[in-house]
Amino acid sequence: MSVAARGLSHSYGELQSLDRIDLAAADGEVVALVGPSGCGKSTLLEIVCGLRDPSAGAIEVGGAADAAGRLAHCAYMPQRDLLLPWFSALDNAALALRNRGAGKGEARREAGALFDRFGLAGFEAARPAELSGGMRQRVAFLRTLVAGKPVLALDEPFASLDAISRAEMQGWLAGALRAEARTAVLVSHDIEEALYLADRVVVLSSRPARIVAELRAPDPRAPDRDAAVTDPAFVAAREAALRALHAGASADPAHPAVPFAPTRRKRNSWRRGAR
Amino acid sequence: MRAVLRIVLPVALIAALIGLWQIAASTGWIAEALNLEPFLVPSPAEVGDAIWHNRTLLWENTWVTLREILIGLLAGIVVGLALAVAMRFSRILRDAVFPLTVAIQSVPVVVIAPILVVWFGYGITVKVIVVALAVFFPIVVNTLDGLRSVDPEAVKMMRTLDASRWAIFRRVEAPTALPAFFSGAKVAVAVAPIVALFAELAGSSSGLMRLIIQDNANLEIARMFGSVVILAVIGVLLVGLTALAQRLVITWR
Ligand SMILES: Nc1ncnc2c1ncn2[C@@H]1O[C@H](COP(=O)(O)OP(=O)(O)OP(=O)(O)O)[C@@H](O)[C@H]1O
Ligand SMILES: [Mg+2]
Repeated sequence: MSVAARGLSHSYGELQSLDRIDLAAADGEVVALVGPSGCGKSTLLEIVCGLRDPSAGAIEVGGAADAAGRLAHCAYMPQRDLLLPWFSALDNAALALRNRGAGKGEARREAGALFDRFGLAGFEAARPAELSGGMRQRVAFLRTLVAGKPVLALDEPFASLDAISRAEMQGWLAGALRAEARTAVLVSHDIEEALYLADRVVVLSSRPARIVAELRAPDPRAPDRDAAVTDPAFVAAREAALRALHAGASADPAHPAVPFAPTRRKRNSWRRGAR
Repeated sequence: MRAVLRIVLPVALIAALIGLWQIAASTGWIAEALNLEPFLVPSPAEVGDAIWHNRTLLWENTWVTLREILIGLLAGIVVGLALAVAMRFSRILRDAVFPLTVAIQSVPVVVIAPILVVWFGYGITVKVIVVALAVFFPIVVNTLDGLRSVDPEAVKMMRTLDASRWAIFRRVEAPTALPAFFSGAKVAVAVAPIVALFAELAGSSSGLMRLIIQDNANLEIARMFGSVVILAVIGVLLVGLTALAQRLVITWR
């Protein structure tokens, strides 16, 4: 299933967040969005998922242009894992099935069948508070997959993890996507993560987000992550992306990369497990 | 260890206070200090004696008051919960009803109970109404606040997982609101006995307050103290059971 957006703009009242964005993801393609903090990446992703409507422009997901249709096609993995603390890991993973009216036993069986593959075997009954950060992210990802939607919308899925678990989770997600290709839109503020996981990386400017560059990843989701990210082609792509990012961040002095207003800055601080 | 201490310490403290009172009363110190007849200052042993000898009378009146408290609590909690949920689902209802609930809450029991007695007589009805009225406000306010404290991101997440409005309520909003509901329930349980006693004061033919007024007039001081002890026990049990229910329901904290 494909995603196609043309000329998307969006404002929160006076505050413009997106400026004429064109975005396309072919069937089975992974597209990453990178950009400065607070530039409008989450907003764009929420529009793709049908959680918001654009102020201008058109968007289609699998042929559906209305919000309800997009919502039906997209599975959204939010920036925070948002596991529900009153449910076990298994019941969290099975949420979509329960929401669609499946019985408890049936939903648990179906979601539980995937626990082994996600390295979560034995933790079915654990409450989210008893899981490590990496495991929580995996349960959140499993919950997204179990929804069985054709398009994945991932909002900084690993932003809250430390560098080591993060690399590990990236390798793991790459494996999952190799095993089962999905159309995905991935938000990241980590260029390396974007270039490793995605087929294509879209670099956004600071708010309001415009597209400043699009790069093709040299070797998406390579089995050997460490070798892939040190490959000269990868390093060159990363430098190109970094230059584009800096250019986009400083292109428009009316919208500085780091907002001066302290409240806004706090809201969008370069977070690591913020909140 | 801590759990044991939490039971042992208060029991020991109460026992110590009873012991002190026993000594002070049986030696006549308190009566002397207050310049009273000794029978006006019963010792714990005498109070225990009075409770035992009047157990049928006390139990009958306790049951009357307890029933008023429990039925009033139940009615207030059920109505309060239903109203909070309805207000969560309908903004119009909330805007329309909320000022009224505040208005009702602002009318003191002391004022409303005598009027209701004129209308409904000396039976249980007045007490149940008054207790329910007093209880339902903390329940509505706390539950509604709890429901509104839901994480909007979690709601978005549920929407992308094909959740209906009802599924979002059941799986996200209701559990989010539970701790706040229990805060309201604790307040409710603490005020219910006081309010029931006020209602009995306004007009009743039986109940612990009725008995206390009578005993006061007849200088049956030991039995009066007995009623007070029973009320204290009821209070502790109600709060304790509410805390227990909270621990059993909210297992994820
Ligand atoms: N609900 C909202 N109401 C008003 N303004 C909002 C709202 N959500 C986001 N914004 C503003 O819109 C801008 C873009 O926000 P968005 O969350 O899309 O940024 P982002 O690129 O995802 O940032 P980050 O990298 O920090 O996650 C920010 O300036 C933010 O303050
Ligand atoms: Mg974001």
